Amino acid sequence: MALAEALPGSDLVRTVDGTPLRVRLRQAERRERLKAIALIAPLFLFVLVTFLVPILVMLFNAIHDPDIKNTLPNTVAALSTWDGKEVPDEPAFEALARDLKQAHKDKTIALLGKRMNYELSGIRSKVIATGRKLDGVEQGPWKEAVIGADPAWNDLATWAVIKRGSGSYTPFYLLSMLDLRQDVDGSIVRVSPDRAIYVDILIRTISISALVTFFTLILGYPVAYLLATLPQRTASILMIFVLLPFWTSLLVRTTAWFILLQDNGVVNDSLVGLGLTDGPLKLIFSRFGTVVAMTHIQLPFTLLPIYSVMKTISPSYMRAAKSLGATPFTAFVKVYMPQTLPGVAAGCLLTFILCLGYYITPALVGGPTDQMVSGFIAQAINQENNWGKACAFGTILLVATLILYFVYNKLIGIDRMKLG
Amino acid sequence: MTFPAYMTIGEKVTYIGLRVFVGLVLLFLIAPILAIMPLSFNSESFFSYPMPGYSLKWYEDFFFNSRWQASLRMSIIVALATTCIATFLGTLAALGLARTNIPGRAALMAVLISPMIVPLIIAAVGMFLFYSRLNVAGTLAGLVLAHTALATPFVVITVTATLSGFDRTLMRAGASLGAPPMTVFFKVVLPLILPGMISGALFAFVISFDESVVVLFLASPEQRTLPKQMFSGIRELISPTITAAATVLILFSTLLLITVELLRRRSERLRGITN
Amino acid sequence: MKKLSSLLTAALLAGVAFAPTSSAWADDLTIVSWGGAYSESQRKAYYEPYMKEGHKITEEEYNGEIAKIRAMVEANNVTWDAVDVDTQTALAGCAEGIFETIDWGKLGLDRAKFIGGDLQDCAVPTIVYSTIIAYDTTRLNPGPTTIADLFDLEKFPGKRALQKNPFVNLEWALIADGVPQADVYKVLNTPEGVDRAFKKLDTIKPHVIWWEAGAQPPQILADGQAVIVSAWNGRIYGAVKNDKKPFQIVWDQQGLDWDWWAIPKGTPRLDAAYKFVAFASSPERQADQTNYISYGPANMDAVPNINPDVLPSLPTAPDNMKTALIVDPQFWADKGEELRERFNAWLAQ
Repeated sequence: MALAEALPGSDLVRTVDGTPLRVRLRQAERRERLKAIALIAPLFLFVLVTFLVPILVMLFNAIHDPDIKNTLPNTVAALSTWDGKEVPDEPAFEALARDLKQAHKDKTIALLGKRMNYELSGIRSKVIATGRKLDGVEQGPWKEAVIGADPAWNDLATWAVIKRGSGSYTPFYLLSMLDLRQDVDGSIVRVSPDRAIYVDILIRTISISALVTFFTLILGYPVAYLLATLPQRTASILMIFVLLPFWTSLLVRTTAWFILLQDNGVVNDSLVGLGLTDGPLKLIFSRFGTVVAMTHIQLPFTLLPIYSVMKTISPSYMRAAKSLGATPFTAFVKVYMPQTLPGVAAGCLLTFILCLGYYITPALVGGPTDQMVSGFIAQAINQENNWGKACAFGTILLVATLILYFVYNKLIGIDRMKLG
Repeated sequence: MTFPAYMTIGEKVTYIGLRVFVGLVLLFLIAPILAIMPLSFNSESFFSYPMPGYSLKWYEDFFFNSRWQASLRMSIIVALATTCIATFLGTLAALGLARTNIPGRAALMAVLISPMIVPLIIAAVGMFLFYSRLNVAGTLAGLVLAHTALATPFVVITVTATLSGFDRTLMRAGASLGAPPMTVFFKVVLPLILPGMISGALFAFVISFDESVVVLFLASPEQRTLPKQMFSGIRELISPTITAAATVLILFSTLLLITVELLRRRSERLRGITN
Repeated sequence: MKKLSSLLTAALLAGVAFAPTSSAWADDLTIVSWGGAYSESQRKAYYEPYMKEGHKITEEEYNGEIAKIRAMVEANNVTWDAVDVDTQTALAGCAEGIFETIDWGKLGLDRAKFIGGDLQDCAVPTIVYSTIIAYDTTRLNPGPTTIADLFDLEKFPGKRALQKNPFVNLEWALIADGVPQADVYKVLNTPEGVDRAFKKLDTIKPHVIWWEAGAQPPQILADGQAVIVSAWNGRIYGAVKNDKKPFQIVWDQQGLDWDWWAIPKGTPRLDAAYKFVAFASSPERQADQTNYISYGPANMDAVPNINPDVLPSLPTAPDNMKTALIVDPQFWADKGEELRERFNAWLAQ
């Protein structure tokens, strides 16, 4: 196309068979694109089927929440016109009694209690007890009977939980990740300070990840530089030092840091032995220990991409800069460093993303204030059996990472990412 | 130490400073591994110094306990299968991504690298529920599929990186000299992107070999991998056998790395390249 | 015997070949437990004798992932037939309908003979373990004797290691603060009681190392990182017995808790699973297990068969039971989530 425009006055440029070049080029381009799509498609479909669809279905749990609606269908219907200003009247209680008796019979009442307990602590046992007590009651008035079974049913907050849970979807889990909750009247308010921990955990996770990324860069950059500039023979031997820890199980390396950092471990013994400190420093069960161990584990992930980019930089640029009068320092900062940027960005992004997912290392060498998001996700799934919470946590983490990714893409461009 | 005469004091200080700094970082990298190796000879089941006595019992456990040996074998099988499939699929996709300006490339890439981003525990439960419906949960195939999904982002990224510096005129040159596309690929493209493929494959291998969350969900007792074996019983006791296993694996990979280096030097000598 | 086993193997292989999945074989059970020394004691006391009777067992380990069981039940792909679960998992799993309700008649066992047998509908108690405090006799002499000593920084200065969980710690805090043991859960059920427990924990908070895995406390004690640790009794006993560590257990206010057998709902091998649980709960097998690990058998009929040398180190030994605190599963099922959150927030402050 550019060619055609470059020949003013002439007719369209044509190929041998007479089709205009522009058309042929477009055809070729389309063929190229089809080929490209054919090449990408297998992996795309593979990731879609083996990973993305299962995970999206799973993350749906963060908002999908039919427990209350399913166990209390009549109550939910009876509450459809309720204004939420005061405890409802007899018809709602009758519906509730019917639902609770059915749930008691179906053994689904514990599930209901558990779900309501997320929003109203302590209600679980009351719900279950109410179901049990109502089991023998056949006659109304139901309001009296239900409140007689447990006075919690005379509380507006209890009914508000049911009203909020009337739909199949809930913002509850996602809100609680931001330390927010819906009040009785449906407005969004902050949770009480002694329970507001999730925003803190999220910020902590991001700040630990950023800190670790920073340290791996500070430590990794000079090593990558030296490895890239040394003769291949020496570099290969030194490379073994970088790759060996990489081959060692995460559990083993974390255990190793546990041994090194403890109060009378190797590090503290040497410090005391050298007379640098009087007593042992607090290295383990602290933020320091977490960051050191994670930095160690992540260092190769940051270092290798930087190294591979540095390998491609021709030394002639530096020589040219120096011959033009730049000091070695200026030449390095102005000429060499900008060229390593894609590697730096790739390594840092990789480390940062992988750091967000850590939990075994903080659990073993960190203190209570060093536990990260993934640890709480694992706890929610494995111990509390609260998939909604875990998936809400996961969704928030995923969204945060994706935002980061697109910012990264805008600033640097994902295709310039280099690795290994 | 002698320096070339043209070096300034500042350059000399930088030269030495850089080497000292790098030396310290390499020490930092290797120290924990050196610290844990002697404990594999500890006579008691605690991870602390000083050791009260020496014993080979953890090695005995590692080499003669059928569970450890079977798990080592299983890990190698799963990791190799994962590496092959991930490298193949990842390289194809990277070649496609490098071809032309594909619309929505960033979003496409986001999908392809998504397995890196999702917390593993959620991925594990999600995959288990889905794979169960397809009847592949608890099978070797299911485990390999899951690990492959987790490993492909690393291959895609490495190979894409290599291709970003790739000179496409070389392909045209090959084609204009009469080579069919397949020949161009194997004779021109493949040798050039091989380093990226190899590092991608290494990443893929390590990801699978050290994966301890998904395997707990997707593997049946027949697919006990090394990390699964290591994490087994961690509630009660971290078995010191993991230090013996680590030591053996470290020695093995050191030998492997040295062998590769020696082979590389030999081939360089044969091709007449000197350093 | 050998012939029989090879015949069995052949039959089994045939089964594998024709069944849709290998685990669908009618009597080939998958039994899941915690791994490590505990699984080993079960292997010797339960699995091996059971297999000698001609059954086939595949062992599997987990780290308490209730999510795996729930996912199996939801996906209708249950491959685990009997699972050793802790109290909280048993309660939660029962409430959510992922465990079978136990039919004691079908089990052929007397429910009344089991310590805590009436506490759960979906689980059979198998062992009783306890959370105790322990110290190193070479570092503390005399050592602590009561739970109040854990909170006494003047008498026993130095670090403590406690489980990173409100569980048992809150009870101990109240008892050390003067609440009679019988009233602990009544007090803890009130907001003031919870505040009081946390206030007591506040007094030692700066001196506490928090552990998560059972392997940690003996390690922490061996390293001298803490002078008093809370731990599971079996772990301290193991360190004393196998590694000759000079550790001493304080049984005062030991927090008694259970491990249970639960059967995931929908297993195609339900009858076989029942048969196995019944076998493992028999007095002989229960007594035999104490030879390999120092946890108390839940079946009280096992007591006469226990080796007298082992008996004093079991939580259920009469001497140790005098001041034992029986952890209330129902309380923790109701309040656990709330208290855990409060505890985590408290830790983070």
